[in-house]
Amino acid sequence: MADCVHCGQECGKNPVIYDQKPFCCNGCSMVYQILSEKKLNRYYEMMPTPGIRLDAESGAGTRYAYLDNDDIRNKLLDFSDGGISRINLFIPAIHCSSCIWLLENLNTLHPGIMHSHVNFVRKEVSITFHDAEISLRQLMELLHAIHYIPDISYDTTKKDSHQKANRRMIMKIGVAGFAFGNIMLVSAPDYFPGNETIDRLMAGTFGIVSFILALPVITYCSSDFFLSAWKSLRKRVINIDLPLSIGILALFLESSYEIFSGSGTGYMDSLAGLLFFMLIGRWYQGRTYQSLSFDRDYRSYFPIAVTLLREGTEVFVPLQDVRPGDLILVRNGELIPVDSVMIEGEGSIDYSFVTGESLPVSKKTGDFVYAGGKQTGAAIKLQVVKEVAQSYLTQLWNEDRLGEDPGMNMQTIVNKVSHYFTLVILAVAGSAFLYWAFEDLGKAVYVFASILIVACPCALALTIPFTFGNVMRIFGRNGFYIKNTGVIENLTKADTVVFDKTGTLTHSRSMNVSWEGHSLNETEMRWIRSVARNSTHPLSVIVSDWLPAGEDIVVESYREIPGMGISGMTEGHNVMLGSRKFIAGSESPEDSRVSSVYISIDHKLKGYFKLENSYRKGLEEVIAGFDGFSKHMISGDNDSERSNLIKVFGTGDALHFNQSPVDKLNFVNDLTNRGRKVIMIGDGLNDAGALIKADIGITIADDIYHFSPACDAILKSSEFGRLYRFVSFAKKSVSVVYVSYTISFLYNIIGLSFAVQGLLSPVFAAVLMPLSSISVVAFASLAVSLLARKKGLSVSA
Amino acid sequence: MSVVVVLIGFSILVAAGFLLAFLWAVRSGQYDDDVSPSVRILFDNESDKPNDSSVNQNNV
Repeated sequence: MADCVHCGQECGKNPVIYDQKPFCCNGCSMVYQILSEKKLNRYYEMMPTPGIRLDAESGAGTRYAYLDNDDIRNKLLDFSDGGISRINLFIPAIHCSSCIWLLENLNTLHPGIMHSHVNFVRKEVSITFHDAEISLRQLMELLHAIHYIPDISYDTTKKDSHQKANRRMIMKIGVAGFAFGNIMLVSAPDYFPGNETIDRLMAGTFGIVSFILALPVITYCSSDFFLSAWKSLRKRVINIDLPLSIGILALFLESSYEIFSGSGTGYMDSLAGLLFFMLIGRWYQGRTYQSLSFDRDYRSYFPIAVTLLREGTEVFVPLQDVRPGDLILVRNGELIPVDSVMIEGEGSIDYSFVTGESLPVSKKTGDFVYAGGKQTGAAIKLQVVKEVAQSYLTQLWNEDRLGEDPGMNMQTIVNKVSHYFTLVILAVAGSAFLYWAFEDLGKAVYVFASILIVACPCALALTIPFTFGNVMRIFGRNGFYIKNTGVIENLTKADTVVFDKTGTLTHSRSMNVSWEGHSLNETEMRWIRSVARNSTHPLSVIVSDWLPAGEDIVVESYREIPGMGISGMTEGHNVMLGSRKFIAGSESPEDSRVSSVYISIDHKLKGYFKLENSYRKGLEEVIAGFDGFSKHMISGDNDSERSNLIKVFGTGDALHFNQSPVDKLNFVNDLTNRGRKVIMIGDGLNDAGALIKADIGITIADDIYHFSPACDAILKSSEFGRLYRFVSFAKKSVSVVYVSYTISFLYNIIGLSFAVQGLLSPVFAAVLMPLSSISVVAFASLAVSLLARKKGLSVSA
Repeated sequence: MSVVVVLIGFSILVAAGFLLAFLWAVRSGQYDDDVSPSVRILFDNESDKPNDSSVNQNNV
């Protein structure tokens, strides 16, 4: 069977053929057509099958019509003047060099586009275009047509600030490295015996030069450390930056004194080197996933504009201007932005992002509709009931987001250690000072300073960035993306785990199918499959995939009735698939949670397909892995699955059914208030509150770049079976931290034993300090990689 | 030997020049994306690639 030339997926039994090449669907072949017309075939030569497949085969339609509204348009554009505009778009689909090539050759596709530039790391493309030749809406439609669908939202400021911080960090590293290298150069004479013979002019110049070079290091490069130490002092906490700052200051003051009094050459080389290593450590720790968003708020989920019906005409208004009482129009594939009441149309609403349930819910006129679902089928009219920010889910989402500054009051390992460390060092320095003060006050000051210098916990401070930075990288390679290294430390303390059911324990896309009724013969199955293939409704797709493969037959007079079912004629027989009401004429009496597709052939009821959620692979291992944790399952569904889940969880006490989103939030809140450290694993917006409340909120996602609720970590759904391995890997990595701490303490003890005797020389410091840092970094990196291999996680890309 | 003092001054001046170039490069955004430039350099210009596969076939 051939693979699609565009997206590389299997074409199935009936590939679409264009230009003698097989395609899996019309969408893919359309993109190929557009590109080959403009002679952009190189897109397919650079990388094999670089394209993106769209599951819902729908054109852009009026989806981008709101971009014709000037207010909205101007807010989105970066720049617009004299008929030329520029926009920066986030396109999650960017993934390979062909993508870069195509997006940077957009001007070939449309002459109105002047220039486009891709930032691959951020998955962004910045496009400059002539307003007169191509409107913003047309530009979006063009991108949509080649399947690079932009994710349009106002929320780009966070990324900008991250970029600025990253640039600042790199510049600081550059300056520190420059100072480090050059001070080393002028301090080189100190490193060799016989340096007493250097004449005074040279020694003096070298001193002054290293002082001047050290000035930017102490004022510019160290500012973050001083600031953080000052902040923590005001909070009456001792963090690692306090002993670091003391060390840095002691180094600088002692060296300046030596240089200007002519009594020595100082330790400026150690100072610059230390800052250089420390900054690299900070930078390494801060290298997180720029293209993933962990703290999206509801605004980035909902569309930025909605279609309002005002006196019979459609107008586009920004979402925040929608008021209760307004009439809105929601088309196929659009989100319902606000809690409202159905006025007109047949609602078939896909709440998969809210509940994890993949099957659409049907709504009738007069029904209350919660925000967050996606309409599938014909357009519907709704009357808004609540303000956007007051909708049920958005409210839940925003609860308690304010005033929480995680990481600040968190008692991390390093802060605990540095608390005692600082006190001990100050005590040692103080008593050594007193001891020497009786003999020689000048020497006492020198000893005091050298103790602070040599005790500067740079190796200590580098341990966490490199250990946890590596753990984070290995997680990422294995499909588990965490927000920052603080999450690892939280993971190690966790003792309770809470799972959502639908979409988390169960698959959101695949289902268990079983047939109930008269047994079907082969011909009947072929008829049913041929009819079902015509519909893109999830249920039809599941049914046609489940039936045995075979040749398709032409279907005549095919009809699809939204919310009801489909019908068609094959080989002269009428085949109908759909709800019980559609086939048998009566509402289904049984539990509505179990989905069923009724079948009739020639108006005779044959039976129905029963579709149940299937559990994810590796569920048993995951639950068994969390041995020693207190485990809970919390679900919005009824308890029809209780017996199955008891088999997995071993007890019924841990299962909580019929829980509303608020119940979930309160449940997790209760646990954390009782001092438990909770991991919450969920997927939908109905878990959003609980995910925020938990110590670690993990979101499961099929597509990690797609929208996910605010959380601490995103887990690729295919890696669910390895979840426990990630947690135990994190737990093990803490022991690496402790061993590294021991190593760095050993160096400190050696250094201190020299310093208290007043024997610390610049050369000794210049060797000991980098040596301790480098050996700790090397140990931490190696040990983490070894540990990961032992746990069966892949280390290299 | 005191000429070393002058030489040190010069060497630092040169090094400072490179530091400034580095700072400029960072500020102008060259360090923001470390993937696409490495790919972009391998793209051919539209004007100097007449060797389309179709043209090749004609030659043969």
